[in-house]
Amino acid sequence: MTLYLSIAVIVLIYLVIFQISKASEYVAILKGEEQNRKNNNKINGFLMVGFLIAGLFGVWYCNHILFDKTLLAHDAASVQGEKVDSMLKWTIAITGIVFIITQILLFWFSYKYQEKENNKVFYFPHSNKLELLWTVVPAIVLTGLVIFGLRNWLYFTGDAPNNAMVVEVTGKQFGWIFRYPGKDGILGKKYYKVIDPASNSLGLVWNDSAELNLKDDPATHDDIVTEQVMYVVKGKPVKLIIGSRDVVHDVGLSQFRLKMDAVPGIPTTMWFTPKYTTEEMKRITKNDNFQYEISCDQMCGNGHYSMKGVIQVVTQEEFDEWMAKQKPYYYAAFPNKDPDNLPPPATDSISTKPTPVVITTASDKSTIVKK
Amino acid sequence: MSNEVLHAHAEALTVHGDHHEHHHQETFISKYVFSQDHKMIAKQFLITGMVWAVLGGLMSVLFRLQLGYPDAHFTWLEDILGKWWVKDGRITPEAYYALVTTHGTVLVFFVLTAGLSGTFANFLIPLQIGARDMASPFMNMLSYWFFFTASIVMISSMFVETGPFSGGWTAYPPLSALGSASPGSKTGMDLWLIAMALFVVSSLLGGLNYIATVLNMRTKGMSMTRLPLTIWALFFTAVLGVLSFPVLFSGFILLIFDRNFGTSFYLSDIYVNGVGALQNEGGSAILFQHLFWFLGHPEVYIILLPAMGMVSEILSTNARKPIFGYMAMVGSMFAIAVLAFLVWAHHMFVTGLNPFLGSVFVLLTLLIAVPSAIKVFNWLTTLWKGNIRFTPGMLFAIGFVSLFISGGLTGIYLGNSALDIHLHDTYFVIAHFHIVMGVASMFGMFAGIYHWFPKMYGRYLNNTMAYIHFWITLVGAYLIFWPMHYEGLAGMPRRYYDYSTWESFKQFADLNKFISIVAMIVFATQILFLFNFFYSIFKGRIVTKQNPWNSNTLEWTAPIRPGHGNWPGEIPEVHRWAYDYGKDGKEFIPQTTPVGAEESQH
Repeated sequence: MTLYLSIAVIVLIYLVIFQISKASEYVAILKGEEQNRKNNNKINGFLMVGFLIAGLFGVWYCNHILFDKTLLAHDAASVQGEKVDSMLKWTIAITGIVFIITQILLFWFSYKYQEKENNKVFYFPHSNKLELLWTVVPAIVLTGLVIFGLRNWLYFTGDAPNNAMVVEVTGKQFGWIFRYPGKDGILGKKYYKVIDPASNSLGLVWNDSAELNLKDDPATHDDIVTEQVMYVVKGKPVKLIIGSRDVVHDVGLSQFRLKMDAVPGIPTTMWFTPKYTTEEMKRITKNDNFQYEISCDQMCGNGHYSMKGVIQVVTQEEFDEWMAKQKPYYYAAFPNKDPDNLPPPATDSISTKPTPVVITTASDKSTIVKK
Repeated sequence: MSNEVLHAHAEALTVHGDHHEHHHQETFISKYVFSQDHKMIAKQFLITGMVWAVLGGLMSVLFRLQLGYPDAHFTWLEDILGKWWVKDGRITPEAYYALVTTHGTVLVFFVLTAGLSGTFANFLIPLQIGARDMASPFMNMLSYWFFFTASIVMISSMFVETGPFSGGWTAYPPLSALGSASPGSKTGMDLWLIAMALFVVSSLLGGLNYIATVLNMRTKGMSMTRLPLTIWALFFTAVLGVLSFPVLFSGFILLIFDRNFGTSFYLSDIYVNGVGALQNEGGSAILFQHLFWFLGHPEVYIILLPAMGMVSEILSTNARKPIFGYMAMVGSMFAIAVLAFLVWAHHMFVTGLNPFLGSVFVLLTLLIAVPSAIKVFNWLTTLWKGNIRFTPGMLFAIGFVSLFISGGLTGIYLGNSALDIHLHDTYFVIAHFHIVMGVASMFGMFAGIYHWFPKMYGRYLNNTMAYIHFWITLVGAYLIFWPMHYEGLAGMPRRYYDYSTWESFKQFADLNKFISIVAMIVFATQILFLFNFFYSIFKGRIVTKQNPWNSNTLEWTAPIRPGHGNWPGEIPEVHRWAYDYGKDGKEFIPQTTPVGAEESQH
């Protein structure tokens, strides 16, 4: 009922506008085109200034109510993020000034030079001086911004410090897998054709295979694999080696102000230094539910919006404690090799949204063999 | 060739005098369907573009419904759209992504490329350079019908069982290559690719024609430096399209091969859930992005340049003042056209691109801001000390400048890779390109429609409706897209179906609702415009003055309702540039007026 009612109201509004428009056209014809144009000119000229004033107020008001909801309301959570923020503020200041000046000129000129009978038009087809002025000034300002930007860019994309911790991040539809190199400090070899979602989600090479020309890589035996949550240490640079198992994903770290695509077949890297632990951020943002979220920022399928990971930033002690509890992934696949010989904590993909198709190990193996 | 034929034909017409209207044995089919008259083809492009704009706009309303009201249940939508699209009163994720993708594809290519330059290049080039028609009217007709076929194929993809393509308008593989990774990448993607391939053909046929016409068929006295800025803009647009669309086409061909013939151009090391490891090795998913953006970035200017050209013309005409810095305007458009080819990788800063290569692209990208700044300041100076008439076309032209400033400035953020690394693929990007490319070009298109409607149909649009249309659209556009910058500054990613589970992004629920409401109001206002348009074609006030805006350009020397061939007699000769407004105390001096002896600075 309400639907029909609202449709009726909308149609009515259209009809009213249409009738007014027709009527004003008849009036215009009666009054004469000249007179009508003058009236319209006055109204629109007035609206031009009105829009300018309301618009500038709107810009202020929008900032007033939304600023606290953005990331700029508090410190960036990484050393790199600080640089992004300071650059962002400079850019906002420069473009803000240009924005306000040019918009004022645009609407003010429109108002001021609206058609009047005794207006003399100034025939002013060009002026080399002026044109040079607004070629050179923007060029200089932009050069400044480019230099500022490139210095940061080369720092962000430069090599990670030697003391950086290495974590491998792998995206898949629709979740994240993390791998730590383990005690030997080396990420063992992997090959996508030996992926088995139940026991070898990354395809670590820990079996010999003549068919695939693979040799067991002992470096894989102590690699730690987790899903969903990644632990990193406050104040310690962390280097992410990013890859994807299926389509292009993106490791989006808004709190750290960084992101990098995860591309199948082409590893990418990104490094940053977390400044605050998760607990500290809860206080800074005054939000007890605060989490460092990893958002997938590259369209990756129908579950794209639910592809969430979490980064837990902790102190070194907490990290060591956590790490001590982790078991190499190898033992999950080969329980009999586990020195503790305990039932391993095997986990399948944990994502907020279940994967659309139930996968059985047997069918997967058969696909691999078939191909 | 055809020009000569037409020319001779037109001379024959003048001999026959009054009978010339009956000379053509025009049937309904040859006049309205398979027409070779550039004016009719322009109208065909325009109206098809409008149909697409309505569909594309409606799609945005639907997905804004989901974003604004993620918890609501619109059961009536289910009755209208069916179960695949709406389940339990909620738009399904598949449908949401299909809507987002089709909205993007359709508005970028079908509305703002075909609908904009297809309409105005066809309509204005022959009329403003003084030609009887395009270099090849037949190719011109083919161009429209390829576009029409592309449209039919694209629409049909909405009705296939697995749904239309849903991997984003950029169609990045592997997602777009693997049906097993997303249902939208099955038949829907095949149809999407076919439609786009047909579209590229249409665009090339049109573009080659525009270039040939501008270069070869200008009337006597119409040197390149006397061309109105519209023609320069449309010319650069056509050049951009001809040079970059084939690259996109090659990217699509390789994608078709990967999808259907087992090649590995874009595929490597892929394990798909439920399918297993794929055999493809050695391909590069990034290759597609290079090929795509090699068109994709010039495409932005293909959309924007025609709007810039028309806005320059309309601003000058209605400010009753010459465009400021004509040569600088042409020069900056040329600079933009050249730089357009050298900046594509700024869409790929975070793909793992070599950082040094990235920094070269930063430099070239920010360089584009210089010609853009020149244009803005030249427009402002054009208004300065003018005598401005607020015709609807003029209002939209002023609105264009405002939006171009707002959206252009945020380009400086995104072109700087060290900020892009933070803002990439967030709502900041959505705000940026919708303002500068989407809405601004739309405004250019509206300006063009309002300005040249009298020439197209011999009638006026209703002014009151036009004013309502302008003000609501301008205010609405800012209300929709300005706050999105703030969502972007919170890192809110684009292309999310639902933000409620995200601690970092869920604070914008109210704002999203607000934006959705404004979007619906703005959409409703566009319906008002459409009504005005179609009503005025048949019932609008009849144009009685040959030159209703007192404009200098050639199209206003043609009859009010020009026939095929445009001018009944000789094509007028041109003696001056198009912008002698307010010179020597004269209101305006048409291009056809010979230069007087005592004229100042010619």
